Amino acid sequence: MEKERSFKNNVKELYKQLLVLCGIVFLFAFIGITYMVSPESLLLASDTPKVEITSIDPEQDDWDKVENGIHLRTGLKEAEGYMAVVNNCTNCHSAQLVMQNRMNEERWIATIRWMQETQNLWDLGENEAVIVNYLVTNYPVISKGRRESLSNIEWYELKE
Amino acid sequence: MILGVSLIYDQLMKRRNFVRSSVLGSLASILGAEIVYGATMPENYIPLGMQDPDPFALFNKDKEMLVLNSKPWNMEALAHLLDDKITPNKFMFVRNNGLVPENINIKEWALTIDGESVKQKKTYTLEELKNNFKQHTYQLTLECGGNGRKEFDPPAKGNQWDVGAVACPSWTGVRLKDVLEDVGIKADAVYIGYHAIDEHLSRDPSKKPISRGVPIGKAMQEETLLAFKMNGEDIPLVHGYPLRLVCGGWPASTSGKWIQGISVRNIVHDGEKMTGSSYKVPKNPVAPGESVKDEDMRIIESMPVKSLITYPKSGAVLPLDKKLNIRGHAWAGELEVSKVSYSIDFGATWSECGLEKPVNRLAWQHFKASISFPKPGYYEVWVKATDAKGVSQPMLLPGWNPKGYLNNACHRIAVKIS
Repeated sequence: MEKERSFKNNVKELYKQLLVLCGIVFLFAFIGITYMVSPESLLLASDTPKVEITSIDPEQDDWDKVENGIHLRTGLKEAEGYMAVVNNCTNCHSAQLVMQNRMNEERWIATIRWMQETQNLWDLGENEAVIVNYLVTNYPVISKGRRESLSNIEWYELKE
Repeated sequence: MILGVSLIYDQLMKRRNFVRSSVLGSLASILGAEIVYGATMPENYIPLGMQDPDPFALFNKDKEMLVLNSKPWNMEALAHLLDDKITPNKFMFVRNNGLVPENINIKEWALTIDGESVKQKKTYTLEELKNNFKQHTYQLTLECGGNGRKEFDPPAKGNQWDVGAVACPSWTGVRLKDVLEDVGIKADAVYIGYHAIDEHLSRDPSKKPISRGVPIGKAMQEETLLAFKMNGEDIPLVHGYPLRLVCGGWPASTSGKWIQGISVRNIVHDGEKMTGSSYKVPKNPVAPGESVKDEDMRIIESMPVKSLITYPKSGAVLPLDKKLNIRGHAWAGELEVSKVSYSIDFGATWSECGLEKPVNRLAWQHFKASISFPKPGYYEVWVKATDAKGVSQPMLLPGWNPKGYLNNACHRIAVKIS
């Protein structure tokens, strides 16, 4: 008799614990599902930025968009071989450094060799000729002589 | 590898189609990544990943400054922006060989002095440097060795600086000399070289963007500082916070930024940009465009005499009955400037400008003049400085050199008399 009562009590105790456990599991499942559906509802309003979903016109979001003959992301002129320059010459430094340097074929090749020997530039393979040709064609050396005339002067009235 | 990169971009672009209109959302879209803990990010904090969009805001620079290169960051002033006697940060040029460091741990920052010619290796924390040595403040001229490169013909490789890669802020720090004496230097010391924490452009940790230095004689000068303040405030990050070397009057590349080490060498320092053709000019004059072997080049030491008209801005129009007041600065590397002259007839005649003494050695000097014009028309005002040894600036480009250094040709402005 004593044994039977004790067994019943144990079963009751186990039943209670199982119920609590199930409750906890359900609670977590509820929180989890709520979070998946709407994460904001579980956070304090002050902690969350106001969120609004907007879609961007794929036209505007074109990573390699070209406008008026200029590749917008880098500023390079759109001409034969320019993507080879974008892909091989703008990983370490900006394209501004490329565009402001005016060199002939021989000096560009020497510069490429220097970058390969000391600056971790990879072997350009067939792209080397494409790149050098693009640079000497689109950013040619302009002779400046021993001293240039002042140019692009913005005239203004001097008031003192 | 390129394929891999483009795949990542595809991912980023997909993500960008869900740009959120909140501030954090736009930050995330610029960074191309979600900002974890974005909700707890302080309101005015700008993540370092945003370094691209606005260098002027990022480095507190004036909007008129010229960006030559965004990776690495290089920026210069226009002549009229340099009118202040002491250059404020907003007009100070930015020259980087590598990437601006992003994580500065000020608490653990230490400077280690080592090399073949120290009696023992020694490390100082920032606090020890500031507290154990007397602090000094000097106004020191820093000019990029390649300032003026853009005028060379045939063009020289590198950033095409015009006239604005020069500045003269005031620097506060301790004398390198005092620190080296505390460490103990052997008699065979010939050079010092700095070591800094900036990263190479390729992010290859085995490569250093730059590690230059100066002969021991220059290192031991009173004005050679381990500086932690610029114009009375912590040095701005882009200019070397929290510690930089300042070697006034020498190519600014010798004034290393973000330094954590100085090696005292028994040979000429052979760090990055000390060897090859960097910061070197031919030992003997060469014809424009001539190729020069590395062994025929010498390291640039003191910068040459030079001057800049900082007022008025080029393009002034004024009536015949008005005098034109001009002013500017002149500097001469290790030397003092003894005379500044101006010409309004392309060098046929010269008149002397008023010239102030430097506030201390290696600081630029200020000149001014009041000019009358004989008749209406187009003029150029040319200014020419002469150093203490009688050497003047050339009106034409100085000797061509393969890397386009040391262009100290006279500065000029255009003026119209109506």
